[in-house]
Amino acid sequence: MKTTPSASSLMSRENLYFLVLAALLLLVFPVLLDAFRLNLVGKYLTYAFVAVGLVLCWGKGGILSLGQGVFFGLGGYCMAMFLKLEASSPEATASQSTPGIPDFMDWNQVTELPWFWQPFHSFSFTLIAVVMVPVILAFIIGVAMFKRRVGGVYFAIITQAIAAILTILIIGQQGFTGGANGITDLRTLMGWDIRGNEAKTVLYFVTSGLLLACVLLARHVLGSKLGRILVAMRDQEDRVRFSGYDVASFKVFVFCLAAALSGIGGALFTLQVGFMSPSFVGIVPSIEMVIFCAVGGRHSLLGAVYGALLVNAAKTGFSESFPELWLYAMGALFIAVVLAFPNGIAGLYQRYLMPLEKKILGGLGKAANTPPTAAARRMEETP
Amino acid sequence: MSTSRDFILSVEGLTVSFDGFKAVNDLSLYLEHNEIRVIIGPNGAGKTTVLDLICGKTRATDGAIRFKGQELTRMKEHQIVRSGVGRKFQNPSIYDDLTVFENLEVSYPRGRSVMGALAFRRDQQVLDAVHEVAETIFLADQLDCRADLLSHGQKQWLEIGMLLIQKPDLLMLDEPVAGMSVAERKKTAELLKVITRNHTVLVIEHDMQFVGDIADRVTVMHQGQVLSEGSLAHVKADPKVVEVYLGH
Repeated sequence: MKTTPSASSLMSRENLYFLVLAALLLLVFPVLLDAFRLNLVGKYLTYAFVAVGLVLCWGKGGILSLGQGVFFGLGGYCMAMFLKLEASSPEATASQSTPGIPDFMDWNQVTELPWFWQPFHSFSFTLIAVVMVPVILAFIIGVAMFKRRVGGVYFAIITQAIAAILTILIIGQQGFTGGANGITDLRTLMGWDIRGNEAKTVLYFVTSGLLLACVLLARHVLGSKLGRILVAMRDQEDRVRFSGYDVASFKVFVFCLAAALSGIGGALFTLQVGFMSPSFVGIVPSIEMVIFCAVGGRHSLLGAVYGALLVNAAKTGFSESFPELWLYAMGALFIAVVLAFPNGIAGLYQRYLMPLEKKILGGLGKAANTPPTAAARRMEETP
Repeated sequence: MSTSRDFILSVEGLTVSFDGFKAVNDLSLYLEHNEIRVIIGPNGAGKTTVLDLICGKTRATDGAIRFKGQELTRMKEHQIVRSGVGRKFQNPSIYDDLTVFENLEVSYPRGRSVMGALAFRRDQQVLDAVHEVAETIFLADQLDCRADLLSHGQKQWLEIGMLLIQKPDLLMLDEPVAGMSVAERKKTAELLKVITRNHTVLVIEHDMQFVGDIADRVTVMHQGQVLSEGSLAHVKADPKVVEVYLGH
């Protein structure tokens, strides 16, 4: 393409970064880490789905959602409902007053499986629901807010309120949702025991593979004209509107896409951790997810993955040694990101390591000789 | 009164009231095909509000705006744009984080739906259109430049280019030469002359020299109403206009 002379060399650089991540997830971690740690990494990676979604809708589109935990949770609950039904066969629950329904329903004097639990007997329905339930909710919120031009801080506050509402709803409807304990004691997926180390390793690879696929999907979206429209909307919403675009429909789309990614992450979380509870839905986890994305770099898809990994690893490390200090460390980290390195790890990498890397690879391409174009520089922003 | 079919744009009895204050009050305005009309008037006369009303940014309290036989007052902003109305804002509003090329490409009128944007391909047609417009707006050498690195004048041109690539029938420009150097003003006047060969243009401008250079007809607004209309010489000689401009 004549407009971006150095695009081809940068494309390969982008691919290189992607391959590094793929190698890290699929080779380095499985080789270096024991089954327990690998399972932990797998759990962190489920948050990376949310962070990638946030790069799309917050970093590129400028829509800050403080309620991504809602979509993560819905995806997770959909999967948990399927697993719970499988674990509640009439034989396994013979001692209950109503055999064949989940144990917490029995404890809460529910005598019949509620209608919205019925379809979760089907695995294919569950897989669709994992994506579609978050998407439908995001669509309703998106249409209601964006068509009315609600944006910025107001939108963030409303998503936060929705996170709070959903948590309260789940806790309040104990007989249908398992309440504050969540849906626990999940055992098998289509007869395959998900609790053993071997199963967890397989699930780790499934998670890594899906995450890499989602990153590629997100990269494809950002590489299309839609990606540029998102950036344009963030810069000058009115100009986009008065260029003939229905701005609201683009916002709804990217918000739904982020919700779908979060839902997939949530479902994989349930599979790997073996339960789902409201503590992954509410305000605090939702804000934590924004922090993962901010630390990694909200303009960078891969940065978001590293952000989710690093912050979660730090969280585990801290909580193991100083459990009560973690929240303060998290707060300090967020302030540091906002004040000192607003583009996160990806930004730091570009600023300090990229020049070094260029020096080393200096003779490789003539790209270094041509002054960097804006297009080139932007591509570098998404390593 | 002739029918509105003779005019590309006919505004009749347009009124907008903000909490009782009538920023535009019973205003009527008729534009012929390929006419260059300049709206002048003191600050607060309601000039920008008129453009806002036509392009749908502000909703009219009363009145009608007919454009090529369509009633605009009830259409959504993006539908008004798609019907052929292009609007340039007073402050250059361009996409700072995109290149000049991408600014123009995003404005290219294809793939305007979500799915359309996902499927959009940068084919020869797009490249040709972008290069042609870039040539017209003197930015052919800056295509790969990030838009926020352009000078103020270049940003104004870029926004005009972003409208041109949409091939609108009516082009509305809000103070296109404000803040420009003398050389840039001259170039912009040239640019507008090229553009107006096949567009109808509605311009708001303060610079009288510039107005004289480009205007077919001038509409003078004052307190939300049309004070005078005609050639520049005509309105300059109008005692009502003199009074408004020179004080009481």
